[in-house]
Amino acid sequence: MSVELAKGFYGAYGGRYVPETLVPALDELEAGWSEIKDDPGFQLELESLQATYVGRPTPVYLAERIGDGKRIYLKREDLCHTGAHKINNALGQALVARRLGKQRIVAETGAGQHGVAAATVCARFGLECVVYMGSEDMERQRPNVERMHLLGAEVQPVEFGTKTLKEATSEAIRDWITNVESTHYMIGSCVGPHPYPELVRDLQSVIGREAREQMLAAEDRLPEAVVACVGGGSNAIGLFAGFLDDKDVRLVGVEAAGAASLGAGRAGVLHGARSSLLADEDGQIADAHSISAGLDYPGVGPEHAFLRDTGRAEYRAATDDEALAAFHLLAQREGIIPALEPAHALARALDLDADLVLVGLSGRGDKDLATVLSR
Amino acid sequence: MKRLSVYLMAGPETPELAEAAVAGGADLLEFGFPFSDPLADGPVIRLAGERALAQGMRTQACLECLAETRARVEVPLIPMTYASILEAYGYERFQADAEAAGATSLIVADLPIEAAPEVKRVQLVAPTTPTERVKLAAEGTDGWLYLVSLTGTTGARAEVSSQLAGLVERARAVTDVPLLAGFGISTPAQAAEAASLADGIVVGSRAVEVAHEGGPEALREYVASLRAALQGEAGPLREEQAHASASD
Repeated sequence: MSVELAKGFYGAYGGRYVPETLVPALDELEAGWSEIKDDPGFQLELESLQATYVGRPTPVYLAERIGDGKRIYLKREDLCHTGAHKINNALGQALVARRLGKQRIVAETGAGQHGVAAATVCARFGLECVVYMGSEDMERQRPNVERMHLLGAEVQPVEFGTKTLKEATSEAIRDWITNVESTHYMIGSCVGPHPYPELVRDLQSVIGREAREQMLAAEDRLPEAVVACVGGGSNAIGLFAGFLDDKDVRLVGVEAAGAASLGAGRAGVLHGARSSLLADEDGQIADAHSISAGLDYPGVGPEHAFLRDTGRAEYRAATDDEALAAFHLLAQREGIIPALEPAHALARALDLDADLVLVGLSGRGDKDLATVLSR
Repeated sequence: MKRLSVYLMAGPETPELAEAAVAGGADLLEFGFPFSDPLADGPVIRLAGERALAQGMRTQACLECLAETRARVEVPLIPMTYASILEAYGYERFQADAEAAGATSLIVADLPIEAAPEVKRVQLVAPTTPTERVKLAAEGTDGWLYLVSLTGTTGARAEVSSQLAGLVERARAVTDVPLLAGFGISTPAQAAEAASLADGIVVGSRAVEVAHEGGPEALREYVASLRAALQGEAGPLREEQAHASASD
């Protein structure tokens, strides 16, 4: 029995810590995903939609005017349809939901990027869409709330607790428990119970696959370091996936300083998985604090906790002010307004002791204008 | 006689409330150790958990409260919590310390059957649980099986779930352990209806609400009204077994 459970683990992390009601649905999802992921028909449809609907492959761009002599490349996920990497996962999961016969989608969102991606693919596939969002996040990410409404999704405010991504995720899971027969839970990051971390990693790994080829084409060598921001960690795990086997390539994840689940966390259980969390000594989950709603989460994907422990990846932090400085720098020197989330990655990439660096620019910053301008 | 289990959240008033619940006719008490992110709980128990945490009901305080409650009542006392609490405290250490404080078994809402097999506990099954898993749960459970009567979180509902009868039937086909139905049972009429199917019932959210709003006397009256509703139900032979395993 423990052997069977171990298949959903990354070292000591991962697993399934959920109410029994959900276990059969997770089994069904796991079976469905393993059945279709290697199905040529599915791959063809996914690749075709990635090319014509999402806008893949996204380019890597050499940001020559920043970095002070370093060669900093940006993997431009901000150019994806809907403005962030979240669509890669949402699109794949919509195809899975359709295959499983689920007509209703629930999702959680922090910054609103995953909510918009979920609402977008639900419009495209004619699925009902309910997105849970903390009321504090709804305030600071107003444009994304309006986009979700335009796309026909219902946005459910979550008014209790931290009123951010943590509570929105709990409420989405509670909805799923209640409507599990008709509903697919479209989780937005590589967190949650098995098989979600694996499913999301598989769907986001297109970022790393493309980026590796593009770096070889542009530089005829691999980058010294690959840097990405980590909230739940889906853009990082997708980008890292392309370089995991390249032992000489450093993998650097950057957390928000006030939400450093890997840097300042301890092992615990949240939202269905064992991982590294911001929690107190009794296992009560602590509040995270970040200017960036997408990083404002006390947990992280279990695979990141595993990569940290094994030393394959290193994790650092950037403060709100450092992220803001990088945000302005990229806007003013390169004409690219990044989301505040990847601005954290950029901040650490700029002072990293490496000369050829690839940074995951996971999303664009339109959604953050109100936050930035109010500072 | 049908079994009546009442859930109470740990707190300064819990020993007194437990006494009142037993006076009203509770056979078992579930004793909530609050967790900040209770996925299986609806708003009432979630809010009770927030209040308990604000009152400082961390694991150590809960264990002390459990011991104080044990000093006042004789019925089985079953801690109910989430995996994060056990992860932090240590699974085996938690079991040992809870037992020392007077606990009878344990319920962990987010620990599926396969997880932590070394931790003996009351297993939960749901309407979505395939029958072969119900069998597995019954084989591994500690004394009785907790039937989650609906797909959803804890909290009062207008009617007893139509999913309960089918779940009871499937469980009966694979096990002889007593079956207690919980989730969505709050009124005496619902208690009687659910108990006509299962060997007993669990009330949580409504009991927590009554205790919070009206204190021990209101809780005693509420539990007595449930007890009265259950009296009409002829008890199955399984009762002795439930008693034997629940009070060891």
